[in-house]
Amino acid sequence: MPGKLKVKIVAGRHLPVMDRASDLTDAFVEVKFGNTTFKTDVYLKSLNPQWNSEWFKFEVDDEDLQDEPLQITVLDHDTYSANDAIGKVYIDIDPLLYSEAATVISGWFPIYDTIHGIRGEINVVVKVDLFNDLNRFRQSSCGVKFFCTTSIPKCYRAVVIHGFVEELVVNEDPEYQWIDRIRTPRASNEARQRLISLMSGELQRKIGLKVLEMRGNAVVGYLQCFDLEGESGLVVRAIGTACTLDKLSSPAAFLPACNSPSKEMKESPLVHPPSHGCRSTHNSPIHTATGSRLTQNFSVSVPTLIYTGTGSGSAGKEGGPLKALLRQQTQSALEQREFPFLTLTAFPPGLLVHVGGVVSARSVKLLDRIHNPAFVGIMGNTRSYKLLDWNSFNSDEPETRDAWWAEIRQEIKSHAKALGCHAVVGYSESTSICEEVCILSASGTAAVLNPRFLQEGTVEGSLEQRIEENLPVGCGFCHIPYDELNMPFPAHLTYCYNCRKQKVPDVLFTTIDLPTDAVVVGKGCLIQARLCRLKKKAQAEANATAISNLLPFMEYEVHTQLMNKLKLKGMNALFGLRIQITVGENMLMGLASATGVYLAALPTPGGIQIAGKTPNDGSYEQHISHMQKKINDTIAKNKELYEINPPEVSEEIIGSPIPEPRQRSRLLRSQSESSDEVTELDLSHGKKDAFVLEIDDADAMEDVHSLLTDVPPPSGFYSCNTEIMPGINNWTSEIQMFTSVRVVRLSSLNLTNQALNKNFNGLCENLLKSLYFKLRSMTPCCLCHVNFTVSLPEDELIQVTVTAVAITFDKNQALQTTKAHAEKSLQRASADNEEMLQFPLELCSDSLPSHAFPAAKAVTVEKASPMGDGNFRNRSAPPCASSTVGVVKMTPLSFIPGAKITKYLGIINMFFIRETTSLREEGGVSGFLHAFIAEVFAMVRAHVAALGGNAVVSYIMKQCVFMENPSKNQAQCLINVSGDAVVFVRESDLEVMSAQQPAVNCQPSCTGEVTT
Amino acid sequence: MTSELDIFVGNTTLIDEDVYRLWLDGYSVNDAVALRVRSGILEQTGATAGVLQSDTMDHYRTFHMLERLLHAPPKLLHQLIFQIPPSRQALLIERYYTFDEAFVREVLGKKLSKGTKKDLDDISTKTGITLKSCRRQFDNFKRVFKVVEEMRGSLVDNIQQHFLLSDRLARDYAAIVFFANNRFETGKKKLQYLSFGDFAFCAELMIQNWTLGAVGEAPTDPDSQMDDMDVDLDKEFLQDLKELKVLVADKDLLDLHKSLVCTVLRGKLSVFSEMETNFKNLSRGLVNVAAKLTHNKDVRDLFVDLVEKFVEPCRSDHWPLSDVRLFLTQYSVSVHSLDGFRHQVLWDRYMGTLRGCLLRLYHD
Repeated sequence: MPGKLKVKIVAGRHLPVMDRASDLTDAFVEVKFGNTTFKTDVYLKSLNPQWNSEWFKFEVDDEDLQDEPLQITVLDHDTYSANDAIGKVYIDIDPLLYSEAATVISGWFPIYDTIHGIRGEINVVVKVDLFNDLNRFRQSSCGVKFFCTTSIPKCYRAVVIHGFVEELVVNEDPEYQWIDRIRTPRASNEARQRLISLMSGELQRKIGLKVLEMRGNAVVGYLQCFDLEGESGLVVRAIGTACTLDKLSSPAAFLPACNSPSKEMKESPLVHPPSHGCRSTHNSPIHTATGSRLTQNFSVSVPTLIYTGTGSGSAGKEGGPLKALLRQQTQSALEQREFPFLTLTAFPPGLLVHVGGVVSARSVKLLDRIHNPAFVGIMGNTRSYKLLDWNSFNSDEPETRDAWWAEIRQEIKSHAKALGCHAVVGYSESTSICEEVCILSASGTAAVLNPRFLQEGTVEGSLEQRIEENLPVGCGFCHIPYDELNMPFPAHLTYCYNCRKQKVPDVLFTTIDLPTDAVVVGKGCLIQARLCRLKKKAQAEANATAISNLLPFMEYEVHTQLMNKLKLKGMNALFGLRIQITVGENMLMGLASATGVYLAALPTPGGIQIAGKTPNDGSYEQHISHMQKKINDTIAKNKELYEINPPEVSEEIIGSPIPEPRQRSRLLRSQSESSDEVTELDLSHGKKDAFVLEIDDADAMEDVHSLLTDVPPPSGFYSCNTEIMPGINNWTSEIQMFTSVRVVRLSSLNLTNQALNKNFNGLCENLLKSLYFKLRSMTPCCLCHVNFTVSLPEDELIQVTVTAVAITFDKNQALQTTKAHAEKSLQRASADNEEMLQFPLELCSDSLPSHAFPAAKAVTVEKASPMGDGNFRNRSAPPCASSTVGVVKMTPLSFIPGAKITKYLGIINMFFIRETTSLREEGGVSGFLHAFIAEVFAMVRAHVAALGGNAVVSYIMKQCVFMENPSKNQAQCLINVSGDAVVFVRESDLEVMSAQQPAVNCQPSCTGEVTT
Repeated sequence: MTSELDIFVGNTTLIDEDVYRLWLDGYSVNDAVALRVRSGILEQTGATAGVLQSDTMDHYRTFHMLERLLHAPPKLLHQLIFQIPPSRQALLIERYYTFDEAFVREVLGKKLSKGTKKDLDDISTKTGITLKSCRRQFDNFKRVFKVVEEMRGSLVDNIQQHFLLSDRLARDYAAIVFFANNRFETGKKKLQYLSFGDFAFCAELMIQNWTLGAVGEAPTDPDSQMDDMDVDLDKEFLQDLKELKVLVADKDLLDLHKSLVCTVLRGKLSVFSEMETNFKNLSRGLVNVAAKLTHNKDVRDLFVDLVEKFVEPCRSDHWPLSDVRLFLTQYSVSVHSLDGFRHQVLWDRYMGTLRGCLLRLYHD
């Protein structure tokens, strides 16, 4: 009997009128957990009932505690007929299961009904008494912390990063066709909500078990997704990065002294006694455990990165032997079916050594119709699409979804290997389903990592020192990890413009956030490539084949567009790249978003040359030259706009070993795509050694035009899809998270690819323009973490969903600090070699502030900069919004500007269905969805507030599936959101507090403040 | 390509004050867009008409969803669906309950019934205020009326508590409720020169002095059914007012009163002779108004009577306001020296308020 769950129903308010005669309601509450149900008394004739119930006690296994949601149903008592349900509240009690998170859930929850939406609120108190369970073979994984945040959470320190964890659960979808149903819509919606809640609980528990097996205590970058496969079932899958985290106890975590690496190294063995004392992962118990799992279980298991200390710290220093070694190790990893993937996008300082480029893989699968519900979603014929080499095999063998993913991951791994990398970071997986066709996609950034973080107990001063020594500041990650003489693809290499010692590519594409120590010139900007391709309607295999055939062309074009747009912006690197391919009945859509920046370490990008095919035509020539001029003008304008003026002087001073004239640069496809494909695809470009756009037909002309139609954001606005905007440091505290959804209907008459592209482009551009207009009062501000999702709900319907956060910043000071920062880092970069050799430790503690807390860069940088004091005062000036009762901030970022996260309360993972049969009365589709999204926000906020939190970070709307049937006056929408509930304290408050009682740990006072 | 669905939802609900005003003024989305275009917003922001249309629709939808909550403002404070900073909540409420002077003059003192609601078309045409806006304002009046009508305690406090209005606006609503409840006639042609402010001023004085609540915080019998403390006039007081009739009915008393007033005011009024000749008429007018207040019909005509019997005669003789003030003061005070008159307290309660009202009503 490992746990006791206690629930108290306090009161209700704003209940709907259920009895028309009296205009009142006789409400009571059912509290259900597992198979046990309790009821409160009926509170007669009130819309604000005061139940004040006793404590309902459920004695349950902790396994159930993890899987089951607490289900609270509010009903209207009816003497003569069946009681009417008013609505429900599902409470995930997981946050109560780990010691450091919430201790009690208490507050007002919106009562939600899938047909009527929110109908009043209910006040509930939930507590859990956990008994210590010493059973080794337990099935639960209570105590493993989960974080959606894709970096090491702010008040923790990573002791070990174990590696990739994944799991999936399959079930029958209780409602695979919503239009024709047997039971009431409410019943089927609720069944679905409950099932998904159960499945995600189970999934989380299973992942937790894997983490425990790996001796970790947390999952970071946890991403859980649903695949609504329709008739073939419902898949809930999750990936994450297993870590051993250590709570930073000091409230003054921003002070560099607390975090100096030397200390860290001393502390870590205490925190995690390396009982086994193994340095070689091959002998580590984790490994054997993994192996044994594999034999018993179909689920593909989880590796610890095999990366022993044998590199003896020379990682990144020099190529040949190490690279060979790496490859060997990767090889052995391969044999053990390990996936050295991290879902993190930002890393503790020193972890990321080199970045190879983006690796991605896609596969087209056919979802099979399931005849026997018992095997729902597990069987299926496959059509496997592997980039260019499309190999189909008519296998009758049952293949699980696991096997599908395993195949893709394998491919990713081999791509990474081809780039000379042993790991993949910023890894993510996604699906797009249309009828019975499913595209599975995975992508990440091939990288070489520092082994220090990846295994327990590697404490060696000398190693430490050498690593620091070998990591050139701010450019190390740009250096190529692959062998120069044996390049996986044709690339143009130069010596690093920063350190002049190592080779760098001319363009770098990645899926991660910009490393905090990266030296960037000017500001960044959001870059999108958008593409539509028509496809014939087809069935089953023919359809899959058609899609598979289109995919390489889509990837190619998306890539070309990205490259062109990047050059047009005068930038040379993309971060946070996310390419989404969506399949619809009669078309495929591709949308790539990334944040372009100018990395100081990489060469200046060349321009874009246009060439005509018919050189004899005079007017045509003129037209071409006109276009060329326009392009050149745009590049010049963009350079000014984004303040890209790299210090060219340095070139002469240092004396570049390879001073190549670079007016033109070469298209480097392979950075962003799998090497397999590249070698084949590159042929089309192979003969040209310059980046030339040939205008030989109307299509190409259109492409060039579309390049130039992207309007820059209005002045005062910046946008990016990464955590923070490169080049802006001085964030003020005002944030506004929002979701915007648009659905457009394409006129079905003779659609062409070209018209489609234009429509799609217009849709995205207009959406952005609308956002800029709506948020104009916040300027100067930056839209961060701009996340576009495209879906094709029906023929001729395109749905685009955007979630982002607008953050204000102080313009004047931002400029100053940028300059100061840039100067500082440049100085540092030039001076570091000497200093490092002489005073390695001193330098460590000195340089640490700028990257100790990756996302809180603004804060630390300011403190370190000469103007620190002034900035700080000014920033704390704006009124503190958190003082208002009940405000819960939401942000897709992992931090809150101007504030410090003091506590993580647990993961928020919620799934809602809303349906209506009176669409017109609810204001049409817009009114319906507007209200629903507002309700979802409200429910998230209520749950966070009940946990004692005041913000959600790393918030993401993972799914927003909208279906309408206007002729029947019906619509249905499914939304899945997640994030981390946190407690934050304004830095201004923190200052006051520490001034008053400097010795006090801020923890108790913070929580006290929040609960007021 | 047509937009089927187009929404924007912020974690903090975005409120555009300009659009809110247009919405409150009852403009359709298209009219609102046209008005916004005319305001030059496109040039300022570089936005397109499509963007403006989408933005306006969004705001209208939000306001529409908020409207239900605005009907019971405390709900807006406690609801969880829209996260709105307190200052914005206050602004939303205040603006929602703000009314147009032109509109309120049309319905002030009318029964807030379905019948009146039907006349809103005419009011809309007459005032140029959109019908939608008229309806909102009318419904606001009616809603506030319904909520506070049966309540005990201070009318203004009740309104403030249940509708979270500013002090100023709550006072205006108290006047509207008071007028609607007592059905004072304000629409007659001769009353057209009066503003809502004039009536509201009088209402406040009357609430303070002539209602049950005015008698004292604790009514004589706490168990009595004196529910509508601030809304209804004190019936007993109105009955008693009959006693004042003696002031004009008793010829000696009237003469004495006149001579007392004239003695003091001689040489102080620019219109002394006019006052002297008119004294009896004016006094009769003022006292008869008091004596008639037992009948509901006459209560309704209170303002008509005051204007007819006092304001108009004085105005036709071109009394300056200062003279009116001096006269009324002396007229009230002199009664204290009338030995035969026993209703001094009653007189003061009546005349104190009436004097304030008359001075406010006396203008062009």
